[in-house]
Amino acid sequence: MAYALLPMVSFVLGMLVLPLVVPSMTWQRIMTLSCIFALLALSFDFLAHFVGIVCLGGAFFTGVGGYISGLLNSAFGLPMIITIPVATIAGGAICTLFLIPCLPIRGIYFAIVSLMYPILFHRVIQALNIFGGTDGLPGLATFPNIWVELYFIIPMTLILTFGLRRLVNEDFGIVLRAIKDNDQAVRASNINISWYKTKAVFIASTIGCFAGACLAHLYGWVGLSLFALDFSIFPIAATVVGGGGTLVGPILGALILAPLSEMLRAFGPLRVVFYSLILAGLVIFKTEGLVPFLERKYHQFERWTEI
Amino acid sequence: MNIFIFGLVNSVILALMASGFALVYGVSRLANFAHGALYILVGFATWLFLNRVGVNYIGSIILSIIAVSVLGGVIYRFLLIRVKGMPASEIIASLAIGIAIMELFRWRGFISEAYMLPPFVNGSVSIAGVMIDWQRLIIIGVGLAIMLLLWLFTHHTKVGLSLRAIAQDKHASMMSGIEPDRTAVISLAMGSALSGIAAVVILPLGNITVETGYMVLTNAIAVCIIGGLGSWAGVFAGAFLLGFAEILTAAFIGPQWQMVVVLLFIILTLILKPSGLLGKQKELEERV
Amino acid sequence: MNEVVLQVKNVIKSFGGVKAVDCVSFDVFKSEILGIIGPNGSGKTTLVNLMTGFVKADSGTVIADGKKLTGLAPDKIAGLGIVRTFQIPRPYHSLSAIKNLVVPLYSSRIMRTSGGKLGDRDTVALDILEEIGFERDAHVPYKLASAFSEGYLKRLELARCLALKPNMIIMDEIFSGLSVSEIAAMIPMVERLQMSGITILMVEHRIRELFQLANRVIVMNFGEKIAEDIPDNIMKSEIVRQAYLGVT
Repeated sequence: MAYALLPMVSFVLGMLVLPLVVPSMTWQRIMTLSCIFALLALSFDFLAHFVGIVCLGGAFFTGVGGYISGLLNSAFGLPMIITIPVATIAGGAICTLFLIPCLPIRGIYFAIVSLMYPILFHRVIQALNIFGGTDGLPGLATFPNIWVELYFIIPMTLILTFGLRRLVNEDFGIVLRAIKDNDQAVRASNINISWYKTKAVFIASTIGCFAGACLAHLYGWVGLSLFALDFSIFPIAATVVGGGGTLVGPILGALILAPLSEMLRAFGPLRVVFYSLILAGLVIFKTEGLVPFLERKYHQFERWTEI
Repeated sequence: MNIFIFGLVNSVILALMASGFALVYGVSRLANFAHGALYILVGFATWLFLNRVGVNYIGSIILSIIAVSVLGGVIYRFLLIRVKGMPASEIIASLAIGIAIMELFRWRGFISEAYMLPPFVNGSVSIAGVMIDWQRLIIIGVGLAIMLLLWLFTHHTKVGLSLRAIAQDKHASMMSGIEPDRTAVISLAMGSALSGIAAVVILPLGNITVETGYMVLTNAIAVCIIGGLGSWAGVFAGAFLLGFAEILTAAFIGPQWQMVVVLLFIILTLILKPSGLLGKQKELEERV
Repeated sequence: MNEVVLQVKNVIKSFGGVKAVDCVSFDVFKSEILGIIGPNGSGKTTLVNLMTGFVKADSGTVIADGKKLTGLAPDKIAGLGIVRTFQIPRPYHSLSAIKNLVVPLYSSRIMRTSGGKLGDRDTVALDILEEIGFERDAHVPYKLASAFSEGYLKRLELARCLALKPNMIIMDEIFSGLSVSEIAAMIPMVERLQMSGITILMVEHRIRELFQLANRVIVMNFGEKIAEDIPDNIMKSEIVRQAYLGVT
């Protein structure tokens, strides 16, 4: 019993306790950022490995979620406790609506279009100079203090991760996984796959928009950088590092890559080069990912006997 | 008349930008997201040869196009071939490579205004009452010439015919002795060369910046989505539709609305005819 | 017993220049077993795809119980109780046999007909698997679909159909790829289904086994229906012989 629970319990405890032991506030802030990226990676992994939809639009979610939250706060003065949930749900709905036309199409259209949307939205906001244009919207409400920040975002990350893990084993999740394996057979079983894919995209985009909304209130500022390609590439890199298809792998991947990325911040764009190359390398050489590797080793370890 | 000429120029520019991407996708079903990176690579390489190595303009152009074609082929042969057939991995890998290249340029500082390629011919000329610079006319000329050459190549040479064969039916081509891997390498080399040609004629209109790379990728994809992935005629259709739409928007509504129009067209295409105007991408219909 | 449950009227489908199905018409009667045979490439599977919505007909109609099927999406047709198996089995490889059946049990047809009292889908799935011969107590239902042999996969296809509580099952070459003993085990299953009131269409190549089961048989060649009769007459028919063996 303990053998089965140990990894999960240590993971959860580790996440909850880590902020208390890190040396400085910078590192605590890094922890929050890692969780936000972890949520994006979670949404990518869920769609890619459990529904068969490759979504390259992490930046789309952060941008929409962040801007909605920022606008509600800046234009209407609504407090964080309202803007974040509203941005999450409304943002999720808006992103899903934009992505629905791509769902019935086979092939790479979804990936391409989801990659394009953040770039296009960036250009549109910039060109029309709406929502603060190039300067963005400053002066938003931020979290009261670092502890609220940490112990809101970290538990939410854990809840969403384990919630999704539960969901993919419930009947609804089974249908999604079946759509990934063999969508024609699912159609032959009286299930409207476009509707289920829509629901899956909604789940993923709400998670992404939640991450975006939190980002907005983390920095107290929204701007065009919320649509940066970084937010699309990073989740993929985190998933590949941590192991796709596990839902926990991306979290670990994010927890590894985000601090590394922060440490390299001094090098500017070289940072992006660094993890693009890592991503390219890992994808091309088809590595299995950290969590599957650890799982294998853990099970092997159990079987060693002392002589 | 103004609108017609500038619309034409814009359309040809878009078609040139999209042609490399469309060729690679049409032949090897590979969405090459390093397209934008290869485009600016040619620009920088030409600038380097011209200003640092001291080769003359034509020589620089030829050398850089050859270099980037080889690079494109090498990227496929040694890297992308390993993820052949897995569309998600292909996109991610080529995107990562493209971003790595483009961000590498950003880091090394090639972002200031000083990096420009000189136009082929300076000055402008008046056509039907509209002042237009020679470079833009050259673009139209080169664009049409390229389309003609490509048509001739793919219809009358053995290599070109094999590209079309593979695009139409991979298995039948394999049975006729055409190797898909070798053809894919050729298509990527050609696609890079096309991007290169597009780059050298278009870049003299402005500066070489890293943002250009991202913009080229966006434009190429927009044209291909609207015109239809996998269809040559689609590239034309999409380029002209988008090209004229952009110019018309700029003229009658305002230049800042251009991007909105692009976004709108993409969404409309996806809703009304997802495979694009002339595209052959099938929807869920699949042999069961 | 002579009630018509499905009518195919003048259906035509071309792929490029090839006429896959050329003006085919026939009726299907309640609780009969109707066989569809023909040489390779005669359009049998295309006909099945047309009837079940996976391919859009160029012209003609398919009507079931007064409802027009042509133009409906495959999931809607399955919702009306007309289900099909696939010629090459399509299981969900990453899921176990039980979980494979959870999918059709999650459909709106089942949710409607069970009135919310379906209970645990896993249990119902286990029952269905037992019906088609997966040993309940052994580990078999919990194995991943990717680990099954062809015989089991074919039966899983059938189980998927049964899970939807169908009125009509269209079996696309269900005997292909099976050993003689596996087929011998399936024949009583098909008979039992017929006796429970389900109409069955069987596209088949294994003519001897099919003729044991079928009440009537349709023969196709080059997209056209060339014969429609009871099995005995089909065996004697000169036209059918020529289609299979060529003109002497």
